Amino acid sequence: MDGLDTKVLLIDDEEAFVSALEKRLTTRNVKVLTAHTGEQGLEQLSTEPDVDVVLLDVKMPGMDGIATLREIKKSHPIVEVIMLTGHATVESAIDGMRLGAHDYLMKPCDVEELMAKIKDAKLKKQAHQERILDAAGKELLHRRGL
Amino acid sequence: MDKIADLNENYYKALTRRIVLIIVVVSIIPLVLISGTIRYFFQVSYQEKVSDHLTVLIKKHRQNIDTFLNEKLADIRALAESYTLDQLTDEAFLKDRLRILQDSYGRSFADLGVVNEQGIQIAYAGPFKLKEADYSHAQWFKKAMQGDTYISDVFPGLRGLPHFIVTATQEHKGKKWILRATVDFDSFNSLVENLRIGSTGFAFILNSKGEFQTKPHAEIIPSAEPYATFLGSTEKTGDDVFVVEQPKDSGDSMLYVMSRLKNGDWILAFQQSAQDAYSALYTARLIAMVIFLVGVLGIVVVAIVLSKRVVTRIIRADKEKEMLNERVIEAGKLASLGELAAGIAHEINNPVAVMVEEAGWIQDLLEEEDLKQCQNLDEFKQSLKQIRIQGVRCKEITHKLLSFARKTDPRPTDVQVNDLIEEVVALCQQRARYATVKIIMNLDPELPQVHVSPTEMQQVLMNLINNSMDAIDGRGGTVQVNTAQRDNHVVIEVTDDGPGIPEPYLQRIFDPFFTTKPVGKGTGLGLSICYGIVTKMGGKISVNSAVEVGTTFRIHIPLRN
Repeated sequence: MDGLDTKVLLIDDEEAFVSALEKRLTTRNVKVLTAHTGEQGLEQLSTEPDVDVVLLDVKMPGMDGIATLREIKKSHPIVEVIMLTGHATVESAIDGMRLGAHDYLMKPCDVEELMAKIKDAKLKKQAHQERILDAAGKELLHRRGL
Repeated sequence: MDKIADLNENYYKALTRRIVLIIVVVSIIPLVLISGTIRYFFQVSYQEKVSDHLTVLIKKHRQNIDTFLNEKLADIRALAESYTLDQLTDEAFLKDRLRILQDSYGRSFADLGVVNEQGIQIAYAGPFKLKEADYSHAQWFKKAMQGDTYISDVFPGLRGLPHFIVTATQEHKGKKWILRATVDFDSFNSLVENLRIGSTGFAFILNSKGEFQTKPHAEIIPSAEPYATFLGSTEKTGDDVFVVEQPKDSGDSMLYVMSRLKNGDWILAFQQSAQDAYSALYTARLIAMVIFLVGVLGIVVVAIVLSKRVVTRIIRADKEKEMLNERVIEAGKLASLGELAAGIAHEINNPVAVMVEEAGWIQDLLEEEDLKQCQNLDEFKQSLKQIRIQGVRCKEITHKLLSFARKTDPRPTDVQVNDLIEEVVALCQQRARYATVKIIMNLDPELPQVHVSPTEMQQVLMNLINNSMDAIDGRGGTVQVNTAQRDNHVVIEVTDDGPGIPEPYLQRIFDPFFTTKPVGKGTGLGLSICYGIVTKMGGKISVNSAVEVGTTFRIHIPLRN
């Protein structure tokens, strides 16, 4: 399945998992960036702003998934986030959704299901971007009196 | 365990004793104080009353006797002053005077006589032959000559019968003469004899020498106390009545009342056994004592009964407390187990996720490779598929375990019992397979929701299904879980075809700490907790069983209207 030129940032402290998933996504034409901590992930985002989707693990040492999500939404509001959770706590999923995550998946996840959600998230981000550009354009015209 | 049971028993016995002691002491002390105080004051008051009463009585009798004597004296005196010596020495005249006196006063006057200065009775009227009797040496004559009037002591005299004499002295031509009358002893004596009180109280008169002036009583010893003191006393006059109580050798005591009469010459004495005098007091005391003893007995009996009941309640409360403690400990254990399980599940999930991803990666690679010549291609694909399947299975197990081990929230919500059953059965499937137990679900698809705590309901279902599997353990068998709606209730049945539960155990099956499992295998709390939970939900849990056939546990949960 084609990744449609999608750029994904994978943030998870489990290195083996990250490496395996990276390989699988890359064969599906997804560009994958990786980070092993929340802080590393945020750093990556600031240097690579055209990331479409962030795959974010909930349970991480130091800055956990929810805190990282908050920071992402503050600094990069149009980037879509998919939460990956190793333990099925409905509470953390709801927390994530409330904070603006696009969706959540439980590990180990079916790669095709993941691909579908990434595609969904990418489309949502594009639509959001277009709306912003549209609004900006209208504002500009309005200022110029047109 | 026996030692602990013994210690407990001793503790409760000691507690019972202590409670009894406290009740008895606290009840009896005021009772004793009150009755002692009342008894004392009542006794003092009563004795005073008796003493006062006797005093008044003696005074009255003393007055009567004095009056009697003075009356007789007055009559004789009147006679002596009214008539001349010549008249009175006329025996016919004297007889007539005697007759008049006797008509007026009955038999009080026995005879009359006139005695000259020499002591010779020169005239006599009476039943005896006493004319010319010589009284010159008689005590009474000597005394009579000394004054105007005289009343003698009682003496036998010439007639040999007890009597006393009243005299009036006159003078005629320079010579004294005496008009003498004998007072009948019986009529005088009856004045005193009439004074009878109770069964032992009687009176008598003594002269200053201690000689009886009324009918003598053999038991009176005038020379003994208290008479001796009274007789010896120089107090000859005075209105006082003396009351004294003296103990006797026999243990009882005597009440003595004494008063002087006839101007101090005589003593009117009264004596009565204290037992007799205070008989009403003693009766009252006896009744009070009986009531007191009955009261004490009542207090002791009630104290014992009451404290036994109280201690029984305490024992029950202590047992319940212990049970609750056990339950709390069990709950605590479960909670920490839950936390442990959650931790383990999470830890396991991560490596499993990696495994599944790697297998997936191999699958991806296989698809790209031209492995048509690869003989084992199918095998690769199969094995990889298995890895995926088992990985997903691990995920599901940990997922279910984690959801079950979540901190329990006992708040009721609307739940679909069928869902809960499916979750619990899924968790139990592993164990079921090892125990060769088949779990069959027969769930009513139209089952309405009930308003219960989902975690508590799952706890109950888990317990029942585990119990069924424990019962079947080893032999292999089936556990069937059914749900249905019946009479406004949701009915859940857990049936097994295990060995069944014998009738005597069935009655106790929901009792706390009752278990048929071997030591260490069960606390006996499971079903009692289930019972508690179901009852709290407003439902009912019951059991049917037949030995060698099987057992069904049935739960009725009312629908919320």
